[in-house]
Amino acid sequence: MKKLLSVLLAMTMALSFAACSGSAANSSAAAPANSTAGKAAGGDSGDMTVVGFSQVGAESDWRTANTASMKETFTEANGYKLIFDDAQQKQENQITAIRNFIQQEVDYIVLAPVTETGWDTVLKEAKDAGIPVIIVDRMIDVSDDSLFTCWVGSDFRKEGDTAVKWMQDNLKDKKELHIVHLQGTIGSSAQIGRTEGLEAGVKANPGWKLVAQQTGEFTQAKGQEVMESLLKQNDKIDVVYCENDNMAFGAIDAIEAAGKKAGKGGDITVISFDSTKAGLEATLKGKINYNVECNPLHGPRVESIIKELKAGKTPQKLAYVDETAFDANTITQAVIDARAY
Amino acid sequence: MNNKGAKGSDTLRRITGHHLFLPIVFLAVVLLANVIKTPDFFEVSYSNGILYGYVVDVVNRASELVILAIGMTFVTAASGGQDISVGAVMAVSAAVCCQILSGGEVSITAFQNPLLLAVAAALLVSMLCGAFNGLLVARLNIQPMVATLILFTAGRGIAQLITRGQITYIRVEEYKLYGSYIPGCPIPTPIFFAAGTVILVMLVLKFTALGLYVESVGINSSAARIVGLNATRIKFITYVICGLLAGLAGFVASSRIYSADANNIGLNLEMDAILAVALGGNLLSGGKFSLMGSVIGAYTIQALTTTLYAMMISSDQLPVYKAIVVILIVVLQSPVFQQKFRDLRAKLRQNTAASRKEGAAS
Repeated sequence: MKKLLSVLLAMTMALSFAACSGSAANSSAAAPANSTAGKAAGGDSGDMTVVGFSQVGAESDWRTANTASMKETFTEANGYKLIFDDAQQKQENQITAIRNFIQQEVDYIVLAPVTETGWDTVLKEAKDAGIPVIIVDRMIDVSDDSLFTCWVGSDFRKEGDTAVKWMQDNLKDKKELHIVHLQGTIGSSAQIGRTEGLEAGVKANPGWKLVAQQTGEFTQAKGQEVMESLLKQNDKIDVVYCENDNMAFGAIDAIEAAGKKAGKGGDITVISFDSTKAGLEATLKGKINYNVECNPLHGPRVESIIKELKAGKTPQKLAYVDETAFDANTITQAVIDARAY
Repeated sequence: MNNKGAKGSDTLRRITGHHLFLPIVFLAVVLLANVIKTPDFFEVSYSNGILYGYVVDVVNRASELVILAIGMTFVTAASGGQDISVGAVMAVSAAVCCQILSGGEVSITAFQNPLLLAVAAALLVSMLCGAFNGLLVARLNIQPMVATLILFTAGRGIAQLITRGQITYIRVEEYKLYGSYIPGCPIPTPIFFAAGTVILVMLVLKFTALGLYVESVGINSSAARIVGLNATRIKFITYVICGLLAGLAGFVASSRIYSADANNIGLNLEMDAILAVALGGNLLSGGKFSLMGSVIGAYTIQALTTTLYAMMISSDQLPVYKAIVVILIVVLQSPVFQQKFRDLRAKLRQNTAASRKEGAAS
């Protein structure tokens, strides 16, 4: 018994340590390993463009698609050497990654920042090293705008306006509109823009009432729990405005548990953002009425900026990616099949 | 629990002196505070074949926390320290379960492997995590907080590794049952998991000497060893139990959202579990413990969360309000405060007695 136990324990420990070191290796050890490869590539061919990309993590399908877009664009066949770093949601990991990129003397740094603030020092280091920094997705808040070359991402305010426009057009036969608002993580660019859009819409439309505004932190579990509570406080809810697909899933579950029907032809109209594959499937099923896209395919746009920089041109400081929206009445299976994320 | 048989101040003293008195009072106060703001807080209706109401939400949402709090109580009692890795272990368990069910896919609509196998594997891995913690604490005598810090830090990384950084979705009705409702049953399924765990553990405590052993080891480890208890093994066992229960909680949490969200499942729940143990009137330094106290503590915490939602307080501000209430409760429960309170009461009684005497004299 005792022997068996100790053998078991030894195994556990070995396993856990293997796992620990594994996860650590994933983020930090991978970079230096790649760096030698990068230098070697730079040394023998010289024409490879080395791009260091620090990604937030892989918290959602959207993020995975964003990473995939970068990896597909910056291939060796296209003449690039991509050094990818997964920061696992931690800013300190991203700062370390950028410092590594500087040491490895990459040609361009692409950063998908986890937070808006706290980038001044490390971006100054990159600037001093003469490496252009391209910010993707979320915006950063730095004292000096020249610390980054340009930004590529979504116009979240426009996304919010798109959703509001749809509500104006499609829900105009209702005199009063009781809106429940599930916000994303407070302070994130997506939350700020999409909230501004809705709030402007509520101001512009006298019949619209914002009955509740609560954060679901972009997660399904929180979205469900918050919606569950909001449904009990308000008998009359016409629209739930969810700032991403995950919260919409949670909200739909809560609405259905309360015995109401969500989506097309239901009691509560569901508006969502991001248009992930799972979100579009729910849109096709009619559970989400309107889904505004947040395009994760930043790769081609970043590449065109790098080409401009190479040609000695100055790219636009803010570059928005093209985005569309999907209506449950018009979406088809073909749209979903064509989607990689 | 409330002994209404005897009379007068004796009964009062017996009730107020009961170790569960304060925890129950706190729970009652938190619940009653709602009535002021939300008069229909206690209303439970039956609609669409399910029970519906705030109270149901509290009991339902507290399920994972109750399960965690039980494990935490054992660990606290036996080792005089806390296992801060339970939240991360929940994520690992959810990751293992979903990854086996999905067979490596990101989103599936039919099980790729039997559910039983997936759950068994998830619970086994959680027990191994517990065993790892137990080994460090019991065998190597590392402080519990430090020992479990390892998995606290690494756990979510391990979970990410298992799911390859994705959120694995199990869009199968059968999987959703464990986090929502079984058709035809009006009570949310997680409540059964919590109640089942509580009953099972209560039975184990009643029919075995485990509780006594755990308390003896917690009160004085070397004395327990001298009377013939294997203190190391008992501490070790409590960590394995704690890991197992964390795994179960992880399974329930993942079933709620039919996915393994390694970043968010059980996030900060270890702190709530420790809080539940403390609110239950248990000493965090180990020794005697009250399982029911911890369970009540867990419900108090969830009641507080649901209350704050009902009062329309933004969920990102919740921790602040929680902290304020916790400070109040913990201060009220502290021995120093209670001693002061008793002194004050004695003084007041003396004063009134003295003034009455004076009044009689004049």
